[in-house]
Amino acid sequence: MKSLSRLLFISLLSVSISASAQLSIEITGAGANRIPIAVVNFDGEKVLSQAITSVVRADLDRSGLFRQIDSGSMTLAENAPINFSDWRGRGADAVVTGSMLAQANGRYESRFRLQDVTKQSLLDVEAYGHTSAPTQMRATAHRMADAIYEKLTGERGIFSTRIAYVVKSTGRYELQIADADGANPQTPLASREPLISPTWSPDGNKLAYVSFEAKKPVIYVHDLAANRRHVAANFKGSNSAPAWSPDGKRLAIVLTKDGNSQLYLVNADGSGVVRLASSSGIDTEPQFSPDGQSIYFTSDRGGSPQIYAIPVTGGEAKRVTFEGSYNVTARPSPDGKSLAYISQNGSRYQLTLMDLATRQTQILTDSSKDESPSFAPNGRMILYATEVGGRGVLAAVSTDGRTKYKLSVPAADAREPAWSPFSK
Amino acid sequence: MRTSIISASLVAVLLTACSSQPPAPEQKPAAVEDRQPAGASTAPVTSDVIDPYSLAALKDPKSPLSKRSIFFDFDSYIIKDEFKTLLEQHGKFLAANSKIKMLIQGNADERGSREYNLALGQKRSEAVKKALLLNGAKEDQVEAVSLGEEKPRCSDQTEDCWGQNRRGDILYSGEF
Repeated sequence: MKSLSRLLFISLLSVSISASAQLSIEITGAGANRIPIAVVNFDGEKVLSQAITSVVRADLDRSGLFRQIDSGSMTLAENAPINFSDWRGRGADAVVTGSMLAQANGRYESRFRLQDVTKQSLLDVEAYGHTSAPTQMRATAHRMADAIYEKLTGERGIFSTRIAYVVKSTGRYELQIADADGANPQTPLASREPLISPTWSPDGNKLAYVSFEAKKPVIYVHDLAANRRHVAANFKGSNSAPAWSPDGKRLAIVLTKDGNSQLYLVNADGSGVVRLASSSGIDTEPQFSPDGQSIYFTSDRGGSPQIYAIPVTGGEAKRVTFEGSYNVTARPSPDGKSLAYISQNGSRYQLTLMDLATRQTQILTDSSKDESPSFAPNGRMILYATEVGGRGVLAAVSTDGRTKYKLSVPAADAREPAWSPFSK
Repeated sequence: MRTSIISASLVAVLLTACSSQPPAPEQKPAAVEDRQPAGASTAPVTSDVIDPYSLAALKDPKSPLSKRSIFFDFDSYIIKDEFKTLLEQHGKFLAANSKIKMLIQGNADERGSREYNLALGQKRSEAVKKALLLNGAKEDQVEAVSLGEEKPRCSDQTEDCWGQNRRGDILYSGEF
């Protein structure tokens, strides 16, 4: 009976469950040199319950790279003439105007124009078709914010990406996926047993994770569109810490079938398991370098947990961290030039960033229970789990440590965040 | 084995027996050797005398086999002396019942990385497994796994509480 009720409970939930509590955002820091920008209300957008421009502004604010120039209740279509000297007088370097036009069949077309106030020149003009459904309206706004961000910073925006995380409430664990701003949460999996270590496949279509529903840790790969999953590793002992290879074909995993926690490689379908490294102690938390050539991992082979790197073909492991007695959970940046990890400083566990060329390190937070860092795909921000007032929350910090925001769920713990790759 | 009704009821008994068990000051295993003196042959052997390594012993709350948790010191995977007799009893039970299987779940306190704590819990379950094999259990009877920091018995942030979470738990066939 017990196992029956468990089977019934661990169901792959349909993605329509979005009534679950949404993450709420609190911004607590911003960059030093922010670009002053005016995002003027779009002509015709008032028919929506939430304006497109409010989502665009919130996206740009969260990046910490922009400062909003208030344009009040003014409305300007993208083809309206711009008084550049007026905008310069208000302190804006860039101005965004736009319109939302009703089309046939309940569809809309939203257009925007981004102009450089100083040079009095056109930077970008784009148009997007969508319906008035909140998810489509928000997706359109995120694409606009991505375009604006890229034109003004030269880097790709991450506003259309998603985040995966685990929400723990009493006796219940939910694997959730939300837009990068925490909106539109969906729950592909709920369980009475713990779920940890979700990680996105490089194409953004699947999540690998560890579930304890079999009274032991087992690795699954979950196809999000089909809402189906398969076991990727269920060997005798524990199966944990999955990490995708950059080509999405293999997983680096940790198995204990031959004794203590050790590193293995396995095909994503669960076939062809091979051992990657051997040590007499713990090897865990593998993570591919972006070029796929080496694997960072945590090992206590030197007496305390430290980060090492090993060629993906096996061979000699090189120690990467030397300061302190506890450095774990290595995550290389998307450009491969730096390494985020958790270091223990006294009784605090803090998110730390190392420049791999100079080996210089910087503690990025002032919190004390940081875990599970995950880079945004453009490398600008790092999402991680921490604790505020005894509750688990997600937090993001820019790699310079200046821009910060938190994402929290009411009356539950949010943990184990993973930032998706760029959407196509 | 999960669907066995017999083992399910056995689980119920055992889970009640061990869930309320206090951690640190472990009591000495209760004596089950309650046999009559060798000379007394008048009365037949009564049914409430249980062979210490029989299946019935697993159900007996007075049996040492009802104790299922082994506690560890901070950052340690060494079986403390106070648990050696208990693991000897469980090892001998497995040796006497070769069809019975066991799952050992190692646990760690909450501090630090979840995956690293999973590996620490594994070290504890492997230490328990090693002790059982030394006492006659067979490799294919015993599976050592880890629940890391995910199943704390106590959730306060105190040393006493963390001590309750640094443990190995023993589950027999039908209980997992």
